[in-house]
This record gives sequence, C-alpha cells and structure tokens, in this order.
Amino acid sequence: MPAFTPPPLPSDDKRWKIVNGTMRKNGFARHALIETLHTVQSSFGYLDEDAIRFVARSLRVPLSQAYGVVTFYHYFSLKPPGKHTVTVCAGTACYIKGADQLIAAAEERLGIAQGHTTKDGNISLMTARCVGACSRAPVVLCDGEVAGEASVEQMLEQLERWTVE
Amino acid sequence: MTIEELEQIAESVRLENARYDYEVHVCMDLACASQGAEKLRDDLVKAAEASGKKVLVRRTGCMGPCSSGPLVRVDPEETLYAHVNAKHAEAIVSSLGGKPVPELQCDLNDHFDKQVRVVLENAGHIDPEKIDEYIACEGYKALMIALVEMTPNGVLHRITESRLRGRGGGGYPTGLKWSTVAKASGDQKYVVCNGDEGDPGAFMDRSVMEGDPHRVIEGMAIAAYAVGANKGFIYVRAEYPVAVARLTTAIREARRRGLLGNNIGGTTFNFDVEIRLGAGAFVCGEETALLASIEGRRGTPRTRPPYPAVSGLWGKPTLLNNVETYANIAPIIRKGGKWFADMGSERSKGTKVFALTGKITNTGLVEVPMGIKLREIIEVIGGGVPGGHTFKAVQTGGPSGGCIPAELLDVGVSYDALMAMGSIMGSGGMIVMDDTSCMVNVARFFIEFCMTESCGKCIPCRAGTAQMHTLLTRICDGTATMDDLELLEDLCSTVREASLCGLGQTAPNPVLSTLKYFRNEYVEHIVNKRCPAGVCAIKSQVEVLA
Repeated sequence: MPAFTPPPLPSDDKRWKIVNGTMRKNGFARHALIETLHTVQSSFGYLDEDAIRFVARSLRVPLSQAYGVVTFYHYFSLKPPGKHTVTVCAGTACYIKGADQLIAAAEERLGIAQGHTTKDGNISLMTARCVGACSRAPVVLCDGEVAGEASVEQMLEQLERWTVE
Repeated sequence: MTIEELEQIAESVRLENARYDYEVHVCMDLACASQGAEKLRDDLVKAAEASGKKVLVRRTGCMGPCSSGPLVRVDPEETLYAHVNAKHAEAIVSSLGGKPVPELQCDLNDHFDKQVRVVLENAGHIDPEKIDEYIACEGYKALMIALVEMTPNGVLHRITESRLRGRGGGGYPTGLKWSTVAKASGDQKYVVCNGDEGDPGAFMDRSVMEGDPHRVIEGMAIAAYAVGANKGFIYVRAEYPVAVARLTTAIREARRRGLLGNNIGGTTFNFDVEIRLGAGAFVCGEETALLASIEGRRGTPRTRPPYPAVSGLWGKPTLLNNVETYANIAPIIRKGGKWFADMGSERSKGTKVFALTGKITNTGLVEVPMGIKLREIIEVIGGGVPGGHTFKAVQTGGPSGGCIPAELLDVGVSYDALMAMGSIMGSGGMIVMDDTSCMVNVARFFIEFCMTESCGKCIPCRAGTAQMHTLLTRICDGTATMDDLELLEDLCSTVREASLCGLGQTAPNPVLSTLKYFRNEYVEHIVNKRCPAGVCAIKSQVEVLA
C-alpha cells in the first residue's frame, strides 16, 4: 500500500496551517476529527463544506462520517456568525429566573429567531445549554463576555449599541 | 520527585508567603469575574504597592457564596468581604493591620458553619495556575505515598474501604469499579475523567477544574497506578474555556515537575494525560457515548455489557469517573479510607458538592456531609427563598432528576433517599423553585431538553420524548384532556423501560416526580384551564376552536 500523503491546503490562508498543525500533532489519526473541527471553528468562526472536505480527506474519514459528526454536536456551526453574537443561557437556573423573556425580547428586537443572524450579518442570536454561571442567573453573553443577573433592558441597550455602530 | 522534594517545594512556598504580613485573596471564578474581579485584583495590587505594606494579592478559585461576589478574603484574619469592586481596593489595603472595612464585611457564618470541605478544601485558598501552591497544601503527596509506600492492591483496598461512590450521579461504588478495571486483562488500559457536566444548572465540576485542577490530575494518576493504566483523558465541555486553559496549564506544570510522564517519583510508573474537548452534546455524559466522542465519533451510546471497564476506549479496559470522584481520591489516600467512611450517612459516605441556584438567597457552591437534611441546605446554608415568596420545590439531578416538595425537606441527602423520593443525586445541581414557578412548565422544560439532546439512536427516547413534549405543551396551553394525562403517564413508563441509555431511562423523572407531588397543578391546567403560578399562557376557547 502506498504511503498516505495528506491533501494540499485548500488555500494559502494562514489559518489552514493552524488546522494542519492540530492534525499533525495527532499524527493524522482519525480520532483527531473532533479536535480538528474545533480548530477549524475557532480559526474560521464556522465550518464550511471546503473545510469539512479538507479535514475528512486529511484524516481519511469518510465525508459522510465527518458531516455526521459536525451536525451531531451543537457546538459546531455550518453558518458564519454575525459580527457580534448575543447568547442567552437557557440552562435550568436561567430558565427559572426568566431566560425565556430575554430570548423573546431579543427575537422581537432583532426580528430573527434564535440560532439566526440578522440579514445585514451584524448580530447573531444564540442560546446556550448552560455556561456554568448559574449562581448569577439569568446570564447573557455579549461577544463572549458574561453578564450575570441580566435584565431585558440591559440586553436591549447592548443590542442598540451594536446596531448604531 | 520524591516526598522529600515535595516537602522542600512546600517549604519554599511557606518561606515565600512568610515574607508577607497579609494575604489578600480575590475570587476569580466565573461569577465573580463577570462582576469585575479582574480589575479589582489589579487595583488591589496597585494599592498594595503604593501602601508599602507587605501584601500578597492572590487570585483563587471559587470561594462559594457567589451571590455575595465579588469576594475578597484577607488572611491571616480570615475577614471575608462581599460585593467588593475596584473602588474599594484602597480602603481594603489601608485597613490592613487595623479594623476591617465595616461596609464590606459580611456575615455568612450560618452559610459556612454547616459545610465540610474536602473536595473544595483548596478552592479559594490557592492560585490554580501555580503547582507549587497546590504542593504546599499537601498536593501530590498522596500520589507519592501511593507509588512509594503502597501496592496497586493497597490503593484499591483503601478506596474500597472509604466506600466512596461515583459522584457523577449514579453512585456506583468506586472501589468496585476500579477493581474491575484492575482485574481486566490487557496490557493497555485507560483512565478517563468525565468533565462534560452537561446538567444545565450545575457548575461544581467547572469550579473544581478551574479552582483546583491538580487535584483532578492527582486523582487520575492514583487511579491509573491502581488499575494499571498509563494514559488518561480528561473530557471537558468546550463551553468551559477557562477550565480547559487551567487544566492545560496544570498538565504542563505537572510534566515539568515530573509528576506526569515517565518514571514518576523515581518508580517504574508512567502516566500522562490529554485533554479532549466536548462539543455540546448532553448524551456524552453517558459513558459509552463519551468514549465514542473521545474516539472522534458521534456521541451515541451503545448497549452494555461489555462495560467500559472491560472494553472501553479503542476496545481496551477503561476506567471512567467524574471530576468530583477523582477530586476525592487524594485526601482518601492521605487520611485513610476509614476517615472518609466516618463522614456521611449509612450508605452514602463523605461529602457532596452542590451548586445551589434558583430562587434562593445565597446562590453558589456548597459542600456538605452526606446525610444533611435538605432543609438545612436550603434554609440555613442557602438562606431561604428571598422576596417574601414561599418555597415550592427543589430540583436535583438535572434533566434526569426530579422535584422534591416542601413536605420532604427533612429527609437527609443520600443516593438512596433521593431515589426513593423520585429524584436522583445527580452530579449536584440543586435548583430552588418558589411559588412563581409552574411545575408543569418546569417538566416541559426538561422534556424539551431531553428531546433536543436525544441522540436519536433508539426509538423510545427519540420518539417518546417528542410525544411527551407535545402532550406537556398541550397541558401548558390548556388544550389537553384528562386522557392526555393518562397517555403521558403511559409514555413515561415506556420511555423509562425501553430506552437504551440513561438519558432516555431517566428522562421521564421530572414528569413523574412533578406528577407525584404536584398532580393538582396538572389537573388545574387541564380541567380549570388555569395555571396556578400564572406562568403558562393558557389559550382561550376562541383560539382553540379557531
């Protein structure tokens, strides 16, 4: 059997080298699939078809299997995120303290359902299963920054600031 | 590394600390950090430098009472300050050596008095990024004792003697699990730490991994020695970036000190740990699903047997325990199995960490001896329900658990007692609900969670949870009939009996426990078209007919 040669990088974008680095560190082993997809998502913000094809070929995993993994795990996204992301935690403690009102208010203000991005690509509205800041529920993350005991007003103010930027 | 060398490191940390007259600890756990603890620490450092006093400002993991954060503790006086922000930095520093700052002082004696800290003994006291501080608190001493003075069988014996049970929720005897892996044949074995903490509303494991990461690594290394493994994996949720960073640092530091790697402690024992990131799937808390995920596959469970203890990662014998279970190991080795078995109740030994949240005054992380009454946790440690509301139920065990009503609060916390009440110990989420929570709505919340998180492999769980969700939605919006309620109860038993893994088998628990204790709320929605808590939007007759 001829020795396996990994496919060439999809482009000269430097981020592919980071992705390749993760695979090399794991000896291009198949079990590195999830690790590699994490690196793609943290480098590019999401996973597109080119990326999944490249990773699948490099790790000799069937494309269907790679796609199956991507769609199985909630953390992986097939769509590019907006410039800003507001994430409302929907864990139990947050739910008991009114997270559904925060989600409804954000959906109404942005005119999109959770899991979507505004048409201008400015703001994504996401929900999280639990970020582990339950003691300060309800929790909202604005571009990753945790705000505890969040109120609808505070969250809408932040959305307003992003909108007028 | 030998015990003597560990002692030398500990001594040098003590000498270094002795150069300071005061130690100011700043809690930097997520809850406090989200309220500006970072800036507070910087300002404390600046104020300390400007004052000319000998002050050591140290960042620590979770101190416990998160609702009073940001928290600062000044040693040696052990003064605890609550709700501190950056503008208080100067006042705190100038008070050192004199009277404490009165407006920041808090009285949380009731909160702390009933607690016993084993797992959390270092959290809030050491800098989690400094291995030497962990060593100064007898860190890695247990590993050295195990390697040098004990045989693997001796370690197994001590863990069995402690009667420690798995802290992930199931409560399987840890000693028995370890012995099974130790007996399994094969020259390659693995130890795995479950840090997936998928229960929404629980953060004990996050706090342990972030506040005292070496304790988890030490526990894993001791386990590896006992069962004959040389490789470990810590599976952590990707939603916990700080935990991942702290563990990464901890592993690097442990390798540097020769506490991971080859010939640990000058013995023939080799062990190393790698981190694997989860990717947001609750089912990966199930052991076979977790192992599939580490292998880079979809996290779907498989039938057992064979159990992972016999055939786990890549078909090799694999020991899988939760973060908190591993965190209990080092003190058991140091202090003995009997010391541990003397704490707790008849069949549940030691302590348990709970994440106390919801409608309660003191939210945060608490560690209590097993057997303590729920009432003491909620009313004394938690300070009761705030805002003039009345307590309705406490939810334990997350989506696999149940709601416990007020009349059962005098029951002592143990695996068996919670199960008898229709709930489970779970990993330690404890969510308090008051009269403004609708129990039907809560049940629907959990079923919606299980429906979304069902991996889809087996039909009872995949289709059953979806049908249960439809029925619960009907009850919530007032369009259900009493026949629907009967159907729901029927479905509960089918899903429980026929599902492949723990996710499906326990998914009906929130429904069954609320039906058991709050059936009148269900009936009220169905018969009188009324939500007693005023949470559910009941559809009017006109809407229904339309």
